[in-house]
Amino acid sequence: MAITDYKMPQSLDEAVQILASSGKNIKVLAGGTDLIIQSKSQSSDPLQVLDIKSLKDMTSATIDGSGMSLGPAMSCAEFTARKDIKAVFPGLVEAAYLIGSTQVQGRASVGGNLCNASPAADTIPALIVSNAQCIIHGPDGERTIAVEDFVTGVGTNCMGRGELLAQIKIALPAPGTSDAYLRFIPRSEMDIAVAGAGVRITLDSAGCCTDARVAIGAVATTALLVPEAAKALIGTMLDDVALDAAANAASAASKPISDRRGTAEYRRHVVGVLVKRAAKIAAERVKGE
Amino acid sequence: MPKIHVNTIVNGDAVEFLCEPNETVLDVLRNELQLTGTKEGCSSGDCGACSITVDDRLVCSCLVLAAEAEGKVIGTIEGVADKDQLHIIQQKFLEHAALQCGICTPGLVVSVQALLKESPNPTEDEARLYLAGNLCRCTGYDKIIRAVMDAAETMRGAA
Repeated sequence: MAITDYKMPQSLDEAVQILASSGKNIKVLAGGTDLIIQSKSQSSDPLQVLDIKSLKDMTSATIDGSGMSLGPAMSCAEFTARKDIKAVFPGLVEAAYLIGSTQVQGRASVGGNLCNASPAADTIPALIVSNAQCIIHGPDGERTIAVEDFVTGVGTNCMGRGELLAQIKIALPAPGTSDAYLRFIPRSEMDIAVAGAGVRITLDSAGCCTDARVAIGAVATTALLVPEAAKALIGTMLDDVALDAAANAASAASKPISDRRGTAEYRRHVVGVLVKRAAKIAAERVKGE
Repeated sequence: MPKIHVNTIVNGDAVEFLCEPNETVLDVLRNELQLTGTKEGCSSGDCGACSITVDDRLVCSCLVLAAEAEGKVIGTIEGVADKDQLHIIQQKFLEHAALQCGICTPGLVVSVQALLKESPNPTEDEARLYLAGNLCRCTGYDKIIRAVMDAAETMRGAA
């Protein structure tokens, strides 16, 4: 692709209008850490880019009594530096912190990671366990879709022509709730997940798990919500039997491929181990350990 | 499409340039502004040789479109030294022989400056993690890290 046009709309409506009238060769530019690399590929197909970073609320985040509104194009560097967000959504912040290098985090965004829809995207399992909702603007107005339904396949999402991810909204979790995200990579940093797992846990005052959400990444064409793994945790004290059952449920739900990063069998095993460990970390966070 | 007119500030100086939509800040720095200290390595954001700051944020200039620089404040390796007076970070890179071929060095110096601005007293692990996006195929990194830790200590003393 070759970038042949650069547009910077000043309002959501203008952005939607440009997207709706520009055919298939227009892409939204947030941090560009995927798009600009893709634009340097051999193909010379013309590509227009629509830079959304000057749109209102697109690169900022607010958190209040009802929850967080996250501008999809806010850089991971800014996002992960926000102590108020990390205090409520530590798992989501640690997932964003794992994306690329310091330099990449200066540009890459949670919304870009989501829209790019890599099966190994680190923030997607963390967004899923947070019950994140995607606010999409389009020619027919606004619609909301749960993040687990946003990604439809490898590199594809549910947005049609003219549509744009305008906000990511996450309600404040119930008291006694925390989350964690873990991924496995063969290096210590700057790599793509072989497997990833996000877990959110709610504990009552006795330490009994009253609610849970489990999502896994890099082990199927999209990140998967695994209700069976959550069920294995709910109503337990998160003892080894419950954790093993959750791990087995996650392994069973995974549909990994074999590639140079790992075999399917290996990924299936590792994703269970990650679920178990992430659940323990989330529970420790609830208890303030 | 006509060229895009961009106003920006580079190393403290107001700069304007014309660019094509597909040109990156790296392209403009090197080819239009003759600021060739910023190096092109991988062109895919993996090696960090082209590291610069945009509005004080460390980024790879190969992954920023030149058109996006409108109204931004850019810092490159050429802005690190004070005329002929090397910055402490540069001095420490020399003292510790933290470079061999030198291609990664400008990006590393810019990154180290950003690191020490955010975190004047980093642990060695913090420094290594922060600089993980700056690849060096010569030194094995130990000499770089020694230079970084020494520079951090010296800069804290000087502050």
